[in-house]
Amino acid sequence: MPVITYRQALNDALAEELERDEKVIVMGEEVAEYNGAYKITEGLWKRFGDKRVVDTPISEAGFIGLGVGAAMMGLRPVMELMFWSFAYVAYDQIINNAGCVRYMSGGLINCPLVIRGPSNGGTNVGATHSHTPENFLANTPGLKVVCPATPADAKGLMKAAIRDNDPVCFMENTLLYGEQGEVPEGDYVIPIGVADLKREGTDVSLIAHGRAVLTALAAAHRLHEEFNISAEVVDLRSIRPLDEETILASVRKTHRAVLVDENKPFCGVSAQIASLIQERAFDDLDAPVQRVCSLDAPAIYSPPLEALQLPTADRIIQKVLAIS
Amino acid sequence: MSVTRAEKPKKTGPHPVDYAKAAINADLTTKQKLGFLADMLRIRRFEQASLKLYQQGKMGGFLHLYIGQESVAVGTIALMGEHDHVITAYRDHGHALGVGMSMNECMAELFGKATGCSKGKGGSMHFFAPDKNFWGGHGIVAGQTPLGLGIAYALKYQGLKGCCLTFLGDGAVNQGVYHESLNLASLWDIPVIYIIENNQYSMGTSQARSSAIKGCLAERAEGYNIDWDTVNGEDLYEVRAKTWEAMQRAHEKCRPTLLEIDTYRYYGHSVADANAKKYRSPEEIEFYKQNHDPITLWEKRLREEGILDDAGLKTIDDAAKKEAATAVQFAEDSPFPELEDIYSDIYYEVDLGTEAGQTGRHFFND
Repeated sequence: MPVITYRQALNDALAEELERDEKVIVMGEEVAEYNGAYKITEGLWKRFGDKRVVDTPISEAGFIGLGVGAAMMGLRPVMELMFWSFAYVAYDQIINNAGCVRYMSGGLINCPLVIRGPSNGGTNVGATHSHTPENFLANTPGLKVVCPATPADAKGLMKAAIRDNDPVCFMENTLLYGEQGEVPEGDYVIPIGVADLKREGTDVSLIAHGRAVLTALAAAHRLHEEFNISAEVVDLRSIRPLDEETILASVRKTHRAVLVDENKPFCGVSAQIASLIQERAFDDLDAPVQRVCSLDAPAIYSPPLEALQLPTADRIIQKVLAIS
Repeated sequence: MSVTRAEKPKKTGPHPVDYAKAAINADLTTKQKLGFLADMLRIRRFEQASLKLYQQGKMGGFLHLYIGQESVAVGTIALMGEHDHVITAYRDHGHALGVGMSMNECMAELFGKATGCSKGKGGSMHFFAPDKNFWGGHGIVAGQTPLGLGIAYALKYQGLKGCCLTFLGDGAVNQGVYHESLNLASLWDIPVIYIIENNQYSMGTSQARSSAIKGCLAERAEGYNIDWDTVNGEDLYEVRAKTWEAMQRAHEKCRPTLLEIDTYRYYGHSVADANAKKYRSPEEIEFYKQNHDPITLWEKRLREEGILDDAGLKTIDDAAKKEAATAVQFAEDSPFPELEDIYSDIYYEVDLGTEAGQTGRHFFND
C-alpha cells in the first residue's frame, strides 16, 4: 500500500472526484493558479482548467453563498476556506443557507456542498486564525462535520463528502498536512459516521478526533511503555453523524474514558461525548469521565505556550493516572 | 421622500416615453394584459385574507406584506423563460404567487400546516418551489444575494441561456455580502439580475437615514462596472421593458444588471411593526394609495386601452377573492405536521434511507 502525505491524499481525492463527476468544482482563495495556500489543490487547475478549479477574491460570505446557490441547482462545489477561522464571516451562508434550506423548504431542496480547510491551533498565528469550530457547526442539524486524522481517512472521507447529498464541513489540520501514512489505492471511500479504533487496549479509552488522535496515540504508547497501562484510542472521524456505538463499546470494555479534544472545553465536542457516556454507560464506568481540551483562553501566540495550550501527551497521561 | 421618482438618475436607454410601445410590450395580447391584472389581484387578495387571519391568531411569527408592490413581482416574473430563475428575501408571497404557486399551499404554510409548500416548516418567510424555478424565501436581509449569484453561476456552468432574478429590499443594500455578490457577478460575468425593490423604508428607517448615496441606490453599480437603471415600479410596462433589457443582457452577454424599482408598501415592515404609522405619516401612505397604486393604475390603463370594463374587473377580482377564500378553508381543514415530522427534511441521505444516511447518529434527542 503506498505511503503518502495527508496533503497528497486530499489532492488525490479531489482529482479523482473532479475526474469522476463533471458537477464537481473546486473553488476558493488561491486554489487555482497559486496551487493552494497549503498546496492541497496543487496541479488541479493545470489539469482541469478554469472551469473546474476557480480562484475567488477574498470574499468568503460571497463565494460560500455562491457555492450554496450552485449546490441547490445540483452542482457539487468543494469550497476551500484558507482557514476554518474564516468561516466566521460566512456563518449566515453556512448555517442559515446550507444548513437550513432543506428543512425550510420541506425537503424540496438539498445542498450537496463540501466546505473544507484547516481547522486547528498550534501554528503560532494568534487567536483569529486558530479556531476549531467543529462544535459550533455540529450544533446545526442539517450540517455534517468530518475531522480526519490520517492520510487514509482524509482521502476516504473526502470522497464520501463530495458524493454526499448534504452539506459537509470538512475540517483538516495544517499540522497534519505533512504527516505520512498508508492509503489504499483505487476508489477508496470511507462512510461518514463510522469511528475507527486506532489502537486497541483494555484499561482506558482515549477518545479523540483530528490531530488529537495522534496526541492520544503518543500518550497511549507512553502509557504502555512507562506505566504498563493499555490504552485504547477511538478516532471519532466524524462528529455529526456520530458513531456512538463504537464509543460505548470501547468504554464498556475499558471502564474508563479520557476525552481528548482540541476544542475549548465549554460545550466542546468532548462535552457531548461525556454526556453520552454518562447517560448510556454509567454503570460500566469505574471512574469519572475525564477531559483534556485546549486550555480555556483564546489561542495564545507565544510558541512554547501555545504548545502547552493544546492537549499534550503529558496532560493525557496525568488524567489517565489520576483515574487508574 | 428624499428623492422623488422624477428626479432619480436613469442610466440605460434610450427608452420610449410610453413603455407600452417597448418591443416586449407591443405584442402583448389582451389575455396577457388581463392576466397581469389577475396576478396582481391574486397577490393582494391572498395577503388581505392572510392579514385578517393573522390578526385572528391563526398563524404565528411574522407576516411581511407585499401589498402595494405587486407590479414588481408580476412585471418581472412574467418575463421568465425555462432557464430563468428567481430568489427573494422574506417578503416573498408576491414572488411565490407570481411564479404560479397555489394559494392553497401558501396559505397552509402560513397556518403551519402539513399541506403547506414547506410542510409547515418554513413559514411566511420561507416559501419555495424549485419546480417553478423559485428558490425562496430567505429570512436574513441580503442573505439571498449570493445564493442568486450561485444559481446564475450554475446556469452558466451548464451552458444554459438563463438568468436569476435576485430580489432584495432597499434595506439590504448596506449588507456586506450584497457588495461581495456584486463584485463576483461582474468579475465573473454571471447572468444575475439584482432587483432592489425600493419601498423607501428598511423597517422603520428611511432611505435617507440608512444609505449614503449620490443619486440613487442602483448607481452604486458603477463602482462594480455593472449596468444599472432605475424603474418606476407603478408602471407595469416600464417594469417589463427594463427588466427584459436586463434579461437580454444576461442571456446574450452573460452580464449582470442592477435595477432599482421604486415602489411602496402600505403596511408595516411586518404586521407586528408597532410603529408602522409613526415613522411615516398616514397622509403619506394615503397619498401613495390614491396616486400610485399599481393595481389601480394598471386597471386604469387597461380601461383606456378599451380592454377592461367594470364587469371584466369584477370577474377577475371575484375569482381572486374566491381563490383566497378557498385557500383559507383549505388551510383551516388541513392537519398540522406530526411530532415525528420535526425530524424529517433535515438530511437528504437520512430521508431517502441511503447507505450514507444510515451510518452514525444524526439526531441527538433525549
